[in-house]
Amino acid sequence: MLIDYLGVREINGSLIVLDDVEGASFEEVVDIRLDDGTMRQGRVVQMEGKRIVVQVFEGTRGISLDNTRTRLKGHPMELALSPELLGRVFDGAGRPIDGLGDIYPVARANINGTPINPVSRVYPKNYINTGISSIDTLMTLIRGQKLPIFSGSGMKHNELAVQIARQARISDEGEEKFCIVFAAMGAKNDVAEYFRRSFDESGVLQKVVMFLNLSNDPIIERILTPRCALTAAEYLAFELGMHVLVIMTDMTSYAEALREFSSSKGEIPGRKGFPGYLYSDLASLYERAGMVRGKSGSVTQIPILTMPNDDVTHPVPDLTGYITEGQIVLDRSLDNSGVYPPVSILPSLSRLMKDGIGEGYTRADHSALSNQLFASYAKVMDARSLASVIGEEELSPTDKKYLEFGRLFEQQFITQGANENRSIDESLDLGWRLLSTLPREELDRVDEKLLDQYYRPGQKEA
Amino acid sequence: MNEQNVIYGINGPVVTVRNSHSFSMTEMVYVGEERLVGEVIGITSELTTIQVYEETTGLRPGEPVVGTGSPMNVTLGPGILDNIFDGIERPLKAIEEESGSFISRGSSVSSLDENREWAVTLRVKPGDKLNGGDIYAVCPETPIIEHRFMVPPALSGVVESVKPDGNYKIHDVIAVLRDENGNTHDLTLCQKWPIRTPRPVKERLQTTLPLITGQRVIDTLFPVAKGGTAAIPGGFGTGKTMTQHQLAKWCDADIIVYVGCGERGNEMSQVLEEFSELVDPKSGRPMTDRTVLIANTSNMPVAAREASIYTGVTLAEYYRDMGYHVAIMADSTSRWAEALREISGRLEEMPAEEGFPAYLPSRLSEFYERASMCVNLNGSDGSVTIIGAVSPQGSDFSEPVTQNTKRFTRCFWALDKALAYARHYPAINWTESYSEYFIDLDPWYTEHLGEDFVKYRRRISQLLQEENKLMEIVKLIGSDVLPDDQKLIIEIARVIRVGFLQQNAFHQEDTYVPLEKQREMMRVILHLYRKARQLISASVPISNILQTGLFDKLVKMKYDIPNNRLDMFDEYTAEIDKLLADLVAA
Repeated sequence: MLIDYLGVREINGSLIVLDDVEGASFEEVVDIRLDDGTMRQGRVVQMEGKRIVVQVFEGTRGISLDNTRTRLKGHPMELALSPELLGRVFDGAGRPIDGLGDIYPVARANINGTPINPVSRVYPKNYINTGISSIDTLMTLIRGQKLPIFSGSGMKHNELAVQIARQARISDEGEEKFCIVFAAMGAKNDVAEYFRRSFDESGVLQKVVMFLNLSNDPIIERILTPRCALTAAEYLAFELGMHVLVIMTDMTSYAEALREFSSSKGEIPGRKGFPGYLYSDLASLYERAGMVRGKSGSVTQIPILTMPNDDVTHPVPDLTGYITEGQIVLDRSLDNSGVYPPVSILPSLSRLMKDGIGEGYTRADHSALSNQLFASYAKVMDARSLASVIGEEELSPTDKKYLEFGRLFEQQFITQGANENRSIDESLDLGWRLLSTLPREELDRVDEKLLDQYYRPGQKEA
Repeated sequence: MNEQNVIYGINGPVVTVRNSHSFSMTEMVYVGEERLVGEVIGITSELTTIQVYEETTGLRPGEPVVGTGSPMNVTLGPGILDNIFDGIERPLKAIEEESGSFISRGSSVSSLDENREWAVTLRVKPGDKLNGGDIYAVCPETPIIEHRFMVPPALSGVVESVKPDGNYKIHDVIAVLRDENGNTHDLTLCQKWPIRTPRPVKERLQTTLPLITGQRVIDTLFPVAKGGTAAIPGGFGTGKTMTQHQLAKWCDADIIVYVGCGERGNEMSQVLEEFSELVDPKSGRPMTDRTVLIANTSNMPVAAREASIYTGVTLAEYYRDMGYHVAIMADSTSRWAEALREISGRLEEMPAEEGFPAYLPSRLSEFYERASMCVNLNGSDGSVTIIGAVSPQGSDFSEPVTQNTKRFTRCFWALDKALAYARHYPAINWTESYSEYFIDLDPWYTEHLGEDFVKYRRRISQLLQEENKLMEIVKLIGSDVLPDDQKLIIEIARVIRVGFLQQNAFHQEDTYVPLEKQREMMRVILHLYRKARQLISASVPISNILQTGLFDKLVKMKYDIPNNRLDMFDEYTAEIDKLLADLVAA
């Protein structure tokens, strides 16, 4: 029963209201054909009896009260899935834009997904070696984790994400099981191009699925972009058994699109105008990371978000931090002083690392070492703030040692080249070498046995 | 109820029905062809508003809505322990068997296993007079917990017939009760209870027993009583969940109800895994034998998240009525408050602070008031302790959920970002946190641990306060200018902070510390302080005292002294006396 509904009753932002619609279902997809022949897609977002509210993905420009024909598609928004996805490029709503034609679907899936039963989840324990000292040692990335990068405009989050994607190695399985899903939401054209080029240069382009909603693409499609990407990721992971790394940039643009959409629906705004359900909405994306019992694949997420005004209490980073399992925070002053990657150690954290490191995973001393590095670096900060008041000269000898440790730590441990791939042993040994510049009694997080084994004062830095 | 009610409008999880007079407030309903579970939350003569506990994608106007005639309730009976439910008491393990790794909608699995047989022992005989809450039978639910079957609170009468002891399923009738009007009532192994109504008690008692957690900063400085309430606020990454896990693992309640309300899925699988591996020190059985988990992760439907807190506390009250001490951990109540806000927004209610509905404080107080130490209807004692985590937006404690929670809880364990950054765990800030239970609990501490315990605690918190003041000066001008007696306070406070307050959850000895050891640790620390102060007043420079290495030794004593070797503390005091006496001699 394919009925075209002529005209609309009301247009408001990206929403159109239709009257006397029979048999529509909630969140159903509709096709809208304008008189000039252009086709648009939309989705039912609210219904009241026979009146439905449709969100038009491409926007309502050019739509008048009676120049449209609307047709119900009879199913919610779906993505066509097949192993051919790898190496393809799609727009934000999952349509191919690389000129290679449509995907021949092996399966179709609702892009909203369904929640993983908590009972079926496998608690993630296998670490991913990124080859970046600060991340591997202090905020280890675990397979099946969601670990966002909190950044700000102008900082090197894209470079860091590319480096992680290029160097990420899974210890026990081959390369062929590894792939990347890249979702750009409101990203600048050159950013998307940078990612594409970097993937190309490192020869992984055939292992990448890209969903691009660029900053001049319709805002409403932006809400679909991460959902399409994650649906593809879930298919690759749980049907084809691959280890999928999902990189999503930029979550702040996504949240702003959601806000725009919410306010056009006339919803009551919460903090900073964002809708009250922002937490649930973000969770419905982030929680799609994980591993499932009985399936060999995994979905690991690295969402990137730019904090407006570098403010970590802004609703988007704030809510993200409550959902994700840790965060990698980039710091502008480190960035300005030429430290790459500019990872701010103290606020960064990986919640899952405690069970994925140590004996059998990385090395037995890993946990103690990373605790000690955190604690010592926290003291560096104290010493620095004291020095800024009374001057470095007046500091106690121990505090001066801390300042020196802080300098070495930032220049040798955090800093590394964009192509430098350090093994976990290299990173851990470097950590011990730096700790050895501090007096032994200051290392109160490490027990004596480890100190005997690794504490080597007086060694000069190479 | 003859008229057919159909869906009129749909907006997210909120569904409306037009021109219906057959529903009552908070009634449980089935929505649509797939029979999604919902609850009536608003009625006008034109529109009935229903919140649906499952995804509403694909629902159509015109699909049927069927009332159940009873409010949103849970089934109470054996099989609750060692199980994991979603927010409306649907068993997730059984759902996994039915529909696989992803949760599908409209699942009709019953809450408790209906085919499992329980070895029931009857406790009554025909002719016995029973009142609400009286126990008529028992069965071992897990090897360590005995399930006690109680007459529903509103019922009373004389036992007419009983079945013999034996194996029964939860819907089998094992006794028949005749009330004073002559009506008979079947007693089975299960009963229903509406989640939003507190189960009645005979009398509430003063909270005079501490909930012993083995966490030094809590037991010593900010204790919570059994039947009390505590809030753990903290921004992300400050260790709320970690603290909750530690409490769930080690606190001396008989039964733990752990509600994962809008939290991470991986976290719940961690709890599941850890608890089944972890052995309860008292019984030698896996922790899961005394635990029930409620997991409504952040991507599961928001309305069920709102209900999960009530489901959890209802289960807790049921076990309290049997005479157990129950602790419920709610992680996190902020997610629950956000669910309230989300649904309130869909109803287009007038928002109060930050978009939260104006009834937020009253809902919070209703929840926390369900914590109690009481005499149950059957005369036994039991308690429900509520420990709620709060995730303040932007780590700002002045936001509405934290502020209102503060009003209704008597214990406040403020987690501090700066401490967490320095990896000081548990990151409970000792200047911002408080406990109002000292007056109630001090007699217990004095009786069981001697008068010294309370005295030591007071001294320890004084020293921390003094350090706090001194640190303001140090931050401005450095510690070198301080006189030696003040330097000593800073040094001893460091021992208290690092050696006593900081506790390593991953260390075998340190993860749980008995109260006696806590007292001894305080005794040794204060002993060192007293002795060192005598030396300083005798003009011995503090650098000499520090060189003895005693301070660093005390910092490490939490690891060096096993929990069962309290005699070693005397060696420590002896060593302190000796080394310091040597100093004077030199």
